[in-house]
Amino acid sequence: MSAIVCQDLCKTFEQGEQRIIGLDRVSLSIEAGELLCLSGPSGSGKTTLLNAMGGLDTPDSGSITLGGRRIDQLSRGALADLRLREIGFVFQAYNLIPVLSARENVEFVMQVQGLAPALRRERAAGVLTEVGLAGLEERRPAEMSGGQQQRVAVARAIASEPQLVLADEPTANLDSQSATQLMDLFQALNRNRNVTFVLATHDPRVMAYARRLVRMEDGRVIDDVAQQPSGRPSVGRPSVGRPSVGSEG
Amino acid sequence: MNITWRLAWRNLWRHWRRTWLTVGAMVFCNMLLIFLISVQLGSYQMMIDNSLGAFTGHLQLQHEGFDEEQRIRQSMPAVAERARQVQELLGAEAVAARGIAYALASSEERSFGIQVTGVEPEREPRVSTLPGLLREGRYLSGADGEIVVGALLARNLRVAPGDEITILGSGRDGSFAAAIATVVGIVDSGIPDLDRALAQVSLPWFQTVFSMGDHGHSVVVRLPNLEQVPLAVTTLQALRAEHPELVVLDWDQLQPGLRQAIRSDMASAWVMYGVLILLVAFSVLNTQLMSVLERTREFGVMLALGVSPGRLARLVGLETALLAALGLGLGVLLGALLALYLQQAGFTFPGMEEMNARFNLPERIYPPVTLASLLWGPLTVFLGALLAAVYPALRLFGLQPVAAMRAT
Ligand SMILES: Nc1ncnc2c1ncn2[C@@H]1O[C@H](COP(=O)(O)OP(=O)(O)OP(=O)(O)O)[C@@H](O)[C@H]1O
Ligand SMILES: [Mg+2]
Repeated sequence: MSAIVCQDLCKTFEQGEQRIIGLDRVSLSIEAGELLCLSGPSGSGKTTLLNAMGGLDTPDSGSITLGGRRIDQLSRGALADLRLREIGFVFQAYNLIPVLSARENVEFVMQVQGLAPALRRERAAGVLTEVGLAGLEERRPAEMSGGQQQRVAVARAIASEPQLVLADEPTANLDSQSATQLMDLFQALNRNRNVTFVLATHDPRVMAYARRLVRMEDGRVIDDVAQQPSGRPSVGRPSVGRPSVGSEG
Repeated sequence: MNITWRLAWRNLWRHWRRTWLTVGAMVFCNMLLIFLISVQLGSYQMMIDNSLGAFTGHLQLQHEGFDEEQRIRQSMPAVAERARQVQELLGAEAVAARGIAYALASSEERSFGIQVTGVEPEREPRVSTLPGLLREGRYLSGADGEIVVGALLARNLRVAPGDEITILGSGRDGSFAAAIATVVGIVDSGIPDLDRALAQVSLPWFQTVFSMGDHGHSVVVRLPNLEQVPLAVTTLQALRAEHPELVVLDWDQLQPGLRQAIRSDMASAWVMYGVLILLVAFSVLNTQLMSVLERTREFGVMLALGVSPGRLARLVGLETALLAALGLGLGVLLGALLALYLQQAGFTFPGMEEMNARFNLPERIYPPVTLASLLWGPLTVFLGALLAAVYPALRLFGLQPVAAMRAT
């Protein structure tokens, strides 16, 4: 079954007199377990498409089906619930709660989801280890590097074990080494947990990891190719949570 | 501690100077309110005690209609016995019987209308402060033919202790009542109306002069405090089974103006307190609005993750409640210390001493520390602060996650 099916999505923005095209009849079908990259020049509609797929924004027309369920007509509240329970998000940067520690950031979302405290603690410790942050659980965001912060965000996104993770420019503020480590992490999660990843990016380092590359321009899909991920040699399976992934911390 | 509470608490200290300033404003306002309210309630207490203590007492037993009409025939039989009965029923010390008649008093030179009160000389000082306010001479000994008069009346009649006064009036049976009394003391209560008409004689002699038999007009009760009045009134209602012609009047019925005066004074005070509380509420509103606006991006991310606007609003509410609780706790603590000090040391403001001396009030107020005076103001400030958070919290419902995350 397809994880996401978009059909004829259109979205325009009004800015004063101007009408800006965000999405222009975008149709796209994404299978469960894919690691897909949306690329394209600035303003081509990557973020708009990602937001529509994640229920952050509603399209003007067209349909979006997530795991067999239409989401384009859902109410704000239902969309919030969908985002909370079924989708993991990683944004560009500065998306942690600054006054909470790494562990608390991860636990906070689980608390909102209504998980019992003991379960929250256990899972938070588990995912933080999985993203290579064991030992840094009590650090606040300001006490961590950009790469570490993004890994906390990833831990937060996967803590509730969603089948879909959407990431918008996750490496934009990272140095080359951190970006590579983050992508290694995505790749490992994608392989080990069969989580579907959709990433919007300009970053060639990110695209190198994609198994499918969707190129956009002016709100349209202009290219859609499968590729052999070349980010890291996929000899054997890189096991996550080992120092090879989180050595930086 | 729950993560939401931790989050709220830490958010409070992101701008610790701003938080302390807001808390400081609340603490100052709370202390001011505690001070003003306790002085205010203290002065009401004093006003009531003094005006009830002078003559009327906290409650009286009378013949129905006497309070309005003051007719000599509206009397109760065996008044002294009745007074002892009331004393027993209430277990109260300060109970006394009185008889009241209107008469013409003449000295050698002049005549004036007076209210002659027959009192039990050994009991009267317990229900009334007047016997203690003698300017000259002594109080009644209980012997026939003695009279104590108010200072203004003495001046009008031009009499001094030792002089004689002729009393002319009519008795209970309509007969002619006449007597000659010797002035033994002069009372200066500071209340002109009282001092102009006051004339006290002993009750047995009063009953003889005015052909009262064992009748009298009222049984006066003074209680330790106002709170005991309602219960005492209820207790005394039992007497009406045997004597349906009697009524129990409480201080509010005996001195109708008193409560009214206090009410209107309170109303104007509350307006001032309201303004004070409004100012503090606006300072909280300002703080919380700023704190919400500067976190737009952060709230945008939380909304994007699926946290509901309602939960974010509750977070802001919790932050405000913590802020307000700090103001409440510190304010009540410091305010209580201040109030306790004033309760011990007393309080006076310029001009108060002279004014109080004229009306026979104590020179200083010793405002009693009560739960009401400590909590009323600060709790209203607390509620005002919570209300002030409503607007900033409501703004969160209008936030769109995507737009909020784009905000700088
Ligand atoms: N809220 C908005 N109001 C007005 N115009 C918008 C809004 N959001 C997006 N747009 C416009 O829609 C178009 C697509 O924007 P989008 O953010 O999807 O591009 P993008 O591919 O993500 O670009 P970038 O690589 O710079 O992030 C752009 O022209 C953008 O200016
Ligand atoms: Mg974008």
